[in-house]
Amino acid sequence: MDATSIIDTLTSSVPGATYEVGRSVDFATIYVPANVLVPTCQALRDTPSLRFNVLIEVTAADYLPREPRFEVVYHLLSVPNRLRLRLKVRVASNEIDGIVPTVQSVWPAAGWPEREVWDMFGIVFAGHGDLRRLLMPEDWEGHPARKDYPVQIRKAAQTYEPLEVTEDEFRANIARDRLKRAH
Amino acid sequence: MAELRTETMTVNMGPQHPSTHGVLRLVLELDGETIRSCMPTIGYLHTGIEKTAEQKKWQQVVPLVERMDYLAAQSNSLAYVLSVEKLLGLEMPQRVKDIRVLLAELQRIASHLVWIGTHAMEIGAVSMLFYAIRERELLLNINELVAGFRFFPSYFRVGGLREDLPRGFHEAVNAFLERFPAKIDEFEGLLTKNDMFNRRTRGVGVITLDEAFAWGLVGPIARGSGADYDVRKYFPYTGYETYEFTVPRATEGDVYARYRVRVEEMRQSVKIAKQAIARIPPSGAWACNDPRVVPPPKDKVYTEMEALIQHFLIYSQGFTVPAGDAYVPVEGPRGEHGCYVVSDGTNRPWRVKMRAPSLMAIQALPKLIQNGMIADVIAVIGSTDVVMGDCDR
Repeated sequence: MDATSIIDTLTSSVPGATYEVGRSVDFATIYVPANVLVPTCQALRDTPSLRFNVLIEVTAADYLPREPRFEVVYHLLSVPNRLRLRLKVRVASNEIDGIVPTVQSVWPAAGWPEREVWDMFGIVFAGHGDLRRLLMPEDWEGHPARKDYPVQIRKAAQTYEPLEVTEDEFRANIARDRLKRAH
Repeated sequence: MAELRTETMTVNMGPQHPSTHGVLRLVLELDGETIRSCMPTIGYLHTGIEKTAEQKKWQQVVPLVERMDYLAAQSNSLAYVLSVEKLLGLEMPQRVKDIRVLLAELQRIASHLVWIGTHAMEIGAVSMLFYAIRERELLLNINELVAGFRFFPSYFRVGGLREDLPRGFHEAVNAFLERFPAKIDEFEGLLTKNDMFNRRTRGVGVITLDEAFAWGLVGPIARGSGADYDVRKYFPYTGYETYEFTVPRATEGDVYARYRVRVEEMRQSVKIAKQAIARIPPSGAWACNDPRVVPPPKDKVYTEMEALIQHFLIYSQGFTVPAGDAYVPVEGPRGEHGCYVVSDGTNRPWRVKMRAPSLMAIQALPKLIQNGMIADVIAVIGSTDVVMGDCDR
């Protein structure tokens, strides 16, 4: 199924959305505007002729100095229909703060990959709720996968002090995590 | 009687716990011995390989990506190499494809051997590790024969293989394939009907198929829950469609089901490897004949000016790859490995991103162990077969 026919199927279920076919050498690629990302993903998962039930990964690429600078890339897989699809969302450098919504409501698997994208590129996913560093240390500065981030830097070894949360704060953290996991 | 006050206890497990397959830290909230919640912390093995790859030439990235999932090195490099070849539009000769299939399957067996050894050891069957590592040694010897390197052969290159197969390769592989099926029977004799092993693994860490897919789990974990999805069957690459094999699956979705799936996968890998080694002629093409990527043969380099220039260009500047992006998935031992590469048309990758099956497995770990017993955590981590190098990259 090529990108054009997927778009035709999508436009009937997501009114008012404008998609764009992306150039690709492997499988269909579609550019999706950030404001219709979640309904689009829902339609992609639930439409019987598509049924993209697995989110393979979420990643991003930094195209500095081009504008829009970032592209968030979603790789989808439909096991029932043997299809693959790549969604791309363009993010300008003044839009990194909460323009792209999280797709955790569609695929819970998006949680950590989105955290990784925030960690590495600094793109904030609106409604994510748990955007903490995933791979880098918690006190790291900057977002290392950006093209303007230096490759070889010397950082002084950090000294770590004993855990500085009180017992009450620690319990509150655990309670918050449990609430989040409850749904 | 005064009312009993109970509260949950928070326990830190790791990051240097012996069963965490690398460096993984779990914060467990316990109610007695029952797990109420679990919060994994990762990143201890993050080495920035993807960022480093952006500074290297295309061919120089191969040894880097092999160091991500250090138990399935050739699965990583196969994913990377196929993606770059997709962008270049290269088609490999049949012999190269068959050698790649053979080595990828041997890699799968080697990875599963480490898994069966450590998984069984962690839940009490210590001697299993020695049986498994002894067989893996033979596979590492084959790697050493092929590439001079035991863990990270870097034998798959963009455009083919690094060099031709060495003398004695067929004999070494055939000797292993003759010997190994009886060894799988031996492993099964130790574990499959072992009462202890069954009690530790049956009904533990259950996940349904829909949940597995929703959490991005493909590969042996999903197949243990009844999926028949296998990249080799669904999206065949490097000639898998011409091989005869079945995709093992189980329906229970527990630790024991994943054990059965992986053991059967080793048998199927032997079956594929036997077909592959029979197809590989002792000598023949070991790279494609695209002069952009593959250096000319040495005798021409020494006698022809153009060949010398080409040789010099490939080894000094590297080759350029047309602008665009590609993602080619392969079926790794842990699930779908895939490499998303972006090129801007120069001699260095713009972005390299490896899809890590272990990351998804650790993300779903709280789901798998919730409301289980604390002793089952070890069994569940073992059954997901995570490698933290793959997870943290």
